[in-house]
Amino acid sequence: MIYFDNSATTKALPAVLDTYRKVSEEFAGNPSSLHALGDHAYQMLEGARKQIADLIQAQPDEILFTSGGTEGDNWVIKGTAIEKRPFGKHLITTQVEHPAVINSMKQLESLGFEVTYLPVDHRGFIDPADLKQALRQDTILVSVMAVNNEVGCQQPIDAVAAILEDYPNVHFHVDAVQAIGKGLMASLRNPRVDFITFSGHKFHAPRGTGFIYAKSGKHIAPLLTGGGQEHNLRSGTENTPAIAAMAKALRILLTDEPQKVARQAAIRERIATHVQQKANVHLFSELAPDFAPHILCFAIRGVRGETIVHAFEQHEIYISTTSACSSKKGTESSTLAAMHADPKLATSAIRVSLDEYNTLAEADAFNAAFDQIYAKFGKLMPNED
Amino acid sequence: MQYDMIMVRYGELSTKGKNRSAFIGRLNGNITKALHEYPGLTIRPKRDRLHIELNGEDSAGVMARLGQVFGIQSFSPSVKVAKDMDAVHAQVLALMAETAPQGATYKVATKRSDHSFALDTNGMNLDLGDLLTDARPDLQVKMKHPDITLRVEVRREAIYLSTTTIQGAGGLPVGTAGKAVLMLSGGIDSPVAGYLALKRGVDIEMVHFFSPPYTSDNALAKAKQLTAKLTPYVGSIKFIQVPFTEIQETVKAGVPEGYLMTIQRRFMLRLADLIAHKRNALAIFNGESVGQVASQTLESMVAINDVTTMPIIRPVATMDKNEIIKVAEDIDTYDLSIMPFEDCCTIFAPPRPKTKPNLEKARYYEQKLDIDGLIQRALDGIKITDIRSSDEFMNQEQDVIAELL
Repeated sequence: MIYFDNSATTKALPAVLDTYRKVSEEFAGNPSSLHALGDHAYQMLEGARKQIADLIQAQPDEILFTSGGTEGDNWVIKGTAIEKRPFGKHLITTQVEHPAVINSMKQLESLGFEVTYLPVDHRGFIDPADLKQALRQDTILVSVMAVNNEVGCQQPIDAVAAILEDYPNVHFHVDAVQAIGKGLMASLRNPRVDFITFSGHKFHAPRGTGFIYAKSGKHIAPLLTGGGQEHNLRSGTENTPAIAAMAKALRILLTDEPQKVARQAAIRERIATHVQQKANVHLFSELAPDFAPHILCFAIRGVRGETIVHAFEQHEIYISTTSACSSKKGTESSTLAAMHADPKLATSAIRVSLDEYNTLAEADAFNAAFDQIYAKFGKLMPNED
Repeated sequence: MQYDMIMVRYGELSTKGKNRSAFIGRLNGNITKALHEYPGLTIRPKRDRLHIELNGEDSAGVMARLGQVFGIQSFSPSVKVAKDMDAVHAQVLALMAETAPQGATYKVATKRSDHSFALDTNGMNLDLGDLLTDARPDLQVKMKHPDITLRVEVRREAIYLSTTTIQGAGGLPVGTAGKAVLMLSGGIDSPVAGYLALKRGVDIEMVHFFSPPYTSDNALAKAKQLTAKLTPYVGSIKFIQVPFTEIQETVKAGVPEGYLMTIQRRFMLRLADLIAHKRNALAIFNGESVGQVASQTLESMVAINDVTTMPIIRPVATMDKNEIIKVAEDIDTYDLSIMPFEDCCTIFAPPRPKTKPNLEKARYYEQKLDIDGLIQRALDGIKITDIRSSDEFMNQEQDVIAELL
């Protein structure tokens, strides 16, 4: 079995699940309880928070736990809208964000907020000049993803940050769900970035885990109110075992990160250089430094993406059409549409996404399977001339 | 750079006349205790300085510890070289490359105890000056206040080179000023008072009052952890915990509210006095700062001080809170001190304590209580622990947690 769908989700590591089980059993108290069992669990929770803070070079009180990327995106966007409503009702994002961002924005639009969706070029990148034009007196939030989940382009976070230096009151949110562990920490932790969303299950932590970085001094309103957990910003009994497991997964992820990134880049390159020899293959992801090392999106002209996914499944190789969120609905990828890709070609798009544990041998097996599949569907493709 | 020898200069004790050898002996003992994790060292106390031969032990670690030992004015890590000028040249250039930035000013200061060595003091200074003029034309010679002083010591067994001098903690060797008890609450001020006592050479033992179940185990652990924070300056500190619940309950039941605090404090001080006598301590230290709270006004001090004739020393008496906090941060006790556990000073605190209590009234209200019985039972319940710097009280689970994360 070869699992190349890591941008959809990753498998929780055994060591991470060990922690989950042990913390469930041995730190079973509610961190808010006054008695020793509660204190025990509280120490674990805060230990996890500190470890995560250290790993991303932040302060512990800048780390707030969530249920994952969708909650993080929703929280920062709607929380900013609620918090900063008196200062303005204009938000800026891009056309290629994850639905958690896009649909939060849409909901705000229905409530009377205005949203500017920055366009992207044919490679998937926004133009910082467009952002400059879009910024207004009443802009309260700029939300830009670090790595696109469908094609892997890395948005120019540093350039956006530089523009926003002149707009110190605008919240700058970066969706880093696909960026963590991919060698991009320096950009993510650009001092102008105010909020960052992370999702645990994309880095081998259990589902339902995540956290946001919220820069000290930057405020968002809570969406979940109740017992006052997380400094009264995100109520609900803390999921101590899952949070501890996530802290461990993050530590493992970021150990030897450069070597892991290099390996993923090598695997991606081996697949890309192999498949692009075929005349009817079109790469949407580029082998360029401004693309993430773990995502490769390409299409075989004339063959629907879904068909290719199932064909690889026959070889026990698991890939996806574009993002897992849109693939079941059979809709065309929103990123590729925003890139003005030929709509027919876009329906043929498939995505290979890697993790730290994939190998070059798996790339070779993929390439061999690819050759068979390409030959098999030759009839469906345009003539190779 | 890995050094071979550290030369330690004594602090104020250089001026202490006849007591000198006792001071040096104590400092030697304190240094030996502070460096007990480095068994390879050879420590040689001399009349005006002390030499620590590293014998391959980690110099950075040793110097970090030395920086906390009171009674040291400064110390210089040195490199040992064979008595061969080629070797000396090579090592001088290496040392200067590491410690002298571009354009720095320097001088060479040679000391020669081996008078049979080919070069005399001047000869050595000139030789090394020539060497550096050729090899490091960016450096400037400057006799007064140079950036770098290259110290060369020609001794019988070898030549020692050094370019850095590190400030020591100053003060007097702990123990040379005798022993005292410190009333340690768990707040910000008393650990600072303890640190300042140690700095003046006073060996302290901690007296901590605790009142279960009104105060939690955490409060006790916190006081012990604060003690552990001060141990690097001494090696180990005795922690004396005194049960105070019965006294607090009795005082609360039998004394008018305005005098609750004053009379509780009188009991604490009585106990501190008795413990001090029993443990051959000569004084009581505490963290009182004039006017900071109701129990620390001069009137309160009069009403409380009444129960003892022992000297009470208040090292932070005239410091502002911010000044105290600054020291607490420097000695790394602040973050611990502000952890919010109730201690016995805050429970049963009356809403309106008398800021100007009357001594006669305090004595009068107290008469109704069985003072001797209460004191005796508290003394009987005392527990003494020896606390070392490596001890962990607050976060005993941290290892388990770290393992899981």
